[in-house]
Amino acid sequence: MAGAFWSVVEDDRQGNPKKVMAEVLGEAGRLAAKAGGQAEAVWLTDKASEAGVKQLGEWGAKRVLLLEGAAFAPYRGEVWAAALADLAGKESPKAIIAPVSTRLRELMARLAARLGAGLSADSTALAVDGERLVATRPVYSGKLLAKMTWAKTPWLATLRPNVFRPGDAQPGAAPQVDRPSVAAAEAALKFVERREESATGLPELTEAEIVVSGGRGLKGPENFVILENLAKVIGAAVGASRAAVDAGWRPHRFQIGQTGRTISPKLYLGFGISGAIQHLAGMRTSKVICAINKDPEAPIFKIADYGIVGDLFEVAPLLTEEFKKLLEK
Amino acid sequence: MKILVMVKQVPDTATQVKISADPKAIETTGITWIVSPYDEFAVEEALRIKEKRAQGEVVAVSLGPDRAKEALRSCLAMGADRAIHLLDTAWTGADTLTTARALAALLKQEAPGLAIFGRQAIDDDMGAVAAQTAELLGWPCASWIMEEAVDAGGSSVRVARQVEGGLEVFDLPLPAVVSAQKGLNEPRYPTLKGIMGAKKKEIKDVKAADLGIAVEPPALTVVTLEPLPARPPGRIIQGEAADAAKELVRALREDAKAI
Repeated sequence: MAGAFWSVVEDDRQGNPKKVMAEVLGEAGRLAAKAGGQAEAVWLTDKASEAGVKQLGEWGAKRVLLLEGAAFAPYRGEVWAAALADLAGKESPKAIIAPVSTRLRELMARLAARLGAGLSADSTALAVDGERLVATRPVYSGKLLAKMTWAKTPWLATLRPNVFRPGDAQPGAAPQVDRPSVAAAEAALKFVERREESATGLPELTEAEIVVSGGRGLKGPENFVILENLAKVIGAAVGASRAAVDAGWRPHRFQIGQTGRTISPKLYLGFGISGAIQHLAGMRTSKVICAINKDPEAPIFKIADYGIVGDLFEVAPLLTEEFKKLLEK
Repeated sequence: MKILVMVKQVPDTATQVKISADPKAIETTGITWIVSPYDEFAVEEALRIKEKRAQGEVVAVSLGPDRAKEALRSCLAMGADRAIHLLDTAWTGADTLTTARALAALLKQEAPGLAIFGRQAIDDDMGAVAAQTAELLGWPCASWIMEEAVDAGGSSVRVARQVEGGLEVFDLPLPAVVSAQKGLNEPRYPTLKGIMGAKKKEIKDVKAADLGIAVEPPALTVVTLEPLPARPPGRIIQGEAADAAKELVRALREDAKAI
């Protein structure tokens, strides 16, 4: 529908939208209510489950535009961007928003170039202001916030996970489902293989609601098990500071910070992390920040909501026990 | 094979950043400038490809004001053969798309086999220019690469790109655009000889007109920069470790409602 607020769907590659879509569709719904138009989901996939389509409706999509075909897996930017641009040309949405993920960040950049549109990446707030949209996004290692606006529609933005509020769930809502045909682009990238990371049994870092993170204070790679034990109890992901990654204690994919992942969990627990600017850049938008560090002067205490000055080797197992007691109640 | 590497000069992470009298920009006096860290991975990878093939040319490119020459000089000191400085007041306030248009026009002129970018610049963290440049050129693109191998004939590159939960490996026909993720390599430090040699290497200034493009107004503009909202003061939980742990868990549940 012309003037719609599109949410590009991120999924688990098995036919189910990721739960971050509740946040993106929630925001699309709020913006549409203010600017006029409706929230719609656009889903590019090789297999969409019926439950997944229904889920998008319950999260607030009034309409689901389903682009289903073998060509869409695995993700290839040149194929996805061409299909989306073709569809956008026919439908004239007012805005196209997507959650931050490695592939959707690239997709939205390609799409913006194709449409000649502005793109606000990794946004932490969006607001309709009269006829325009204003995005807020952290810049300069998260030391400042930039407010950005677009010269024209469509407004393109990617949204930082765990920051935007999901909309009110609409149980039983049945979205209109359309399967538009789009111009097929030939894939230039030839898929060779996918190498799965060894499963940790813990949530993915950027998607986790709780993150437990360790730094140099852990003294060695063997001690991360202390944090993993805590993480298992509270369903957290385990991350690491640059110091711990550069020391070779954890693979780079676990690094939180400027040259690693940006996270924004509901709860962040940092153990033996001093809080260098480059680490803060990757976690300062976390809602509740806890720090456990021996050094009372550690900069992380300046931004922590709660702190314990103490030995993490003593405190972490105690916290694990306390959380266990709490959650078993 | 000719390789172009795109770099951006950014404030050092540890530098204090203040909003200038013009609230759309930062105060630039007193700032230490560096080559954006991801771009250093890109330069290093380009040099390694050239060394491995024992032939070719590495050209460092930057769009920015006069001071961006220092960033280019750093790349030359690392071992790049020459540099191109996209320098034109028409590019002041360039958004990612404006930058991508300039780079795409330059890439058309230079016709390299490979264009390597950093995954994102650490000042505005947009992470869009590489993919946008590829889109404008109609070149294949792989973002966030952790491994790369150009085939012997120089006609394709195999890359492993980082995605949630693993790595995806693809073959890209050349010319192509790739963007470097941390883990791709460990950038070298310039040697004294490299630094001395860099002074004699060419940095060519290129204006928009030289690329035959008219600079369009940006599609995305800064309304204003703002300081971070103050976080409420934190609370240090005192007492013996066992009591402190108990109190922290209670506070997280009852006060902060975070668990």
